[in-house]
Amino acid sequence: MIEKVFIGCGAGFSGDRFDASIPIVNEFKKINAPKYLMFEVLAERTLAIAQQFRLKNPEEGYSPFLDSYVSPILDDCLENNIKIISNIGAANPMGAAKRILEIAKKQNTKKPKIGVVLGDDLLEYMSNDEILNSPTMEGLDFSNNKITAANVYLGAQPIAEALEKGADIVIVGRTVDSALALGPLLYEFKWKENELNLIGSGTICGHLLECGAQVTGAYFADPGFKDVPNLANVGFPIAEVNQDGSFIITKPNGTGGLVSEATVTEQLLYETHDPSNYLVPDVTADMTSLTLENNGENRILVKGGRGKKSPEKLKATICCDNGFMGEAEISYAGPNALARAKLAGEVISERIQILGLQGQLRVEIIGAGSVHYSMDETSSYHLPENGDYRVRTSAIYPKKDQAQQMVDEVMSLYCCGPAAGGGGRGYVTPQSSTASILVNRDIVDPNIQIKII
Amino acid sequence: MIILDLPVHAIAHARAGDKGDVSNISLIAYLDSGWKVINDLATEEKVLDIFRHLGATQVKRFELPSLKALNFVIQSALGGGVNSSLRLDRHGKTLSSHLLHELILPISEDMIPSNSPYLKNFKE
Repeated sequence: MIEKVFIGCGAGFSGDRFDASIPIVNEFKKINAPKYLMFEVLAERTLAIAQQFRLKNPEEGYSPFLDSYVSPILDDCLENNIKIISNIGAANPMGAAKRILEIAKKQNTKKPKIGVVLGDDLLEYMSNDEILNSPTMEGLDFSNNKITAANVYLGAQPIAEALEKGADIVIVGRTVDSALALGPLLYEFKWKENELNLIGSGTICGHLLECGAQVTGAYFADPGFKDVPNLANVGFPIAEVNQDGSFIITKPNGTGGLVSEATVTEQLLYETHDPSNYLVPDVTADMTSLTLENNGENRILVKGGRGKKSPEKLKATICCDNGFMGEAEISYAGPNALARAKLAGEVISERIQILGLQGQLRVEIIGAGSVHYSMDETSSYHLPENGDYRVRTSAIYPKKDQAQQMVDEVMSLYCCGPAAGGGGRGYVTPQSSTASILVNRDIVDPNIQIKII
Repeated sequence: MIILDLPVHAIAHARAGDKGDVSNISLIAYLDSGWKVINDLATEEKVLDIFRHLGATQVKRFELPSLKALNFVIQSALGGGVNSSLRLDRHGKTLSSHLLHELILPISEDMIPSNSPYLKNFKE
């Protein structure tokens, strides 16, 4: 019987450090047990962008960073029996798998067996109307919008099945992040569907791993209050999971960062709502019974995870085009800078009115608590009149040229604004809005396919 | 025993996450003595007051005593959420720091970790 399964996480978001998985792979080379490397690289917006790429070219639509994540570790993983599990497939898991085969060929390594999970793309089996007529969980009305992506969150079972079929690598599209860890655990430990405490524990393990170094001391340092050694070389996490569902969170030897009760607790509650009802397709996980214990340097033992019946319906995210955002900034510094920055903000607001641009304009002053207050709100921070302030304005308009007009107004402050404004920058970016709907399992389940190539 | 009104930053740490227009912010005590204070005094009402100016409409608090942690789920705090907010910080990642700064609690020396700069407040 298998006693322990090792799961490392080499990326926690699309664009996370490309070399982060190398120390994990080097650590895994020394270990003789089932070993998995997961990459979580698929945010809600990332998928909508990927869908656009696939529409332009049916070969594309997988993560644009696939080569950067996979190439450096593919040979070592295949040679050392380290299996890779990733949602790097984005809008085109099959395309991603084919690309990995190309990389393997180019690198002259053995040909991997790749499992591809399909069925998360609702646009392939639900009509636009069916999707748009489903009530959104946020109460938004999307019925007049054009859908750019609609993907349902799959669970861990398809990943386990792909492993059962002998896959060295499993590529998925939209799947709950925690399933990237739970899938291998279901396969290795043969946990049964009704062993809900085990499935709950495996889900919590995946949740702790899914944001990469956020559990090993990254996104944690507060110098003097919460110090983290060698943050520049922070080690990404490894979970050593036991048959009974308990697990140790640690990181590769020789890396920076910190694994402590505090780092693990912060990540446990990250993006969690009710900790006794953490919903994924496989289970409703319960974190409230967890205990954390020190188990040596940078090793935390997590025990006591529980699970309840899985939710009846599955959650899907739909994305729609939502106009264009203009953002622009300009700086004021030195004597009386705060007053000049405020005047700049007022001038822009008035100009936008004169131009007749409809819609909300936000004016923030960077350096004056901008992330917590808009310009018109009274900040609770002590703000010196003299200093270094940067005015930022933003607005979303239906048309690109409207957003550009707003940006141009900020740039015109170079000659038309208060004294000594500098460092003007402006951007216009297309926007995509998202909402969640619930989908019946009997619509989704028959469309889930596991292909091995 | 000296008790001072200090930001909760002296005795706890926090992390913010986002899902749509809902922000969740954990508040985790460093020490058992600090846990008692945050559990007793970091109420839903106080947290709602801190984020009301951002549009927050409702706060729900969850407790995890074995981890010395609270989790606040704050509705409508993110200006529409990461895909439609006009704010510089569209995720509301920095809101955890705002909570640590704005929530003022009665704090004694024994609640503060031994290396904390806040201890100097008790030596003046």
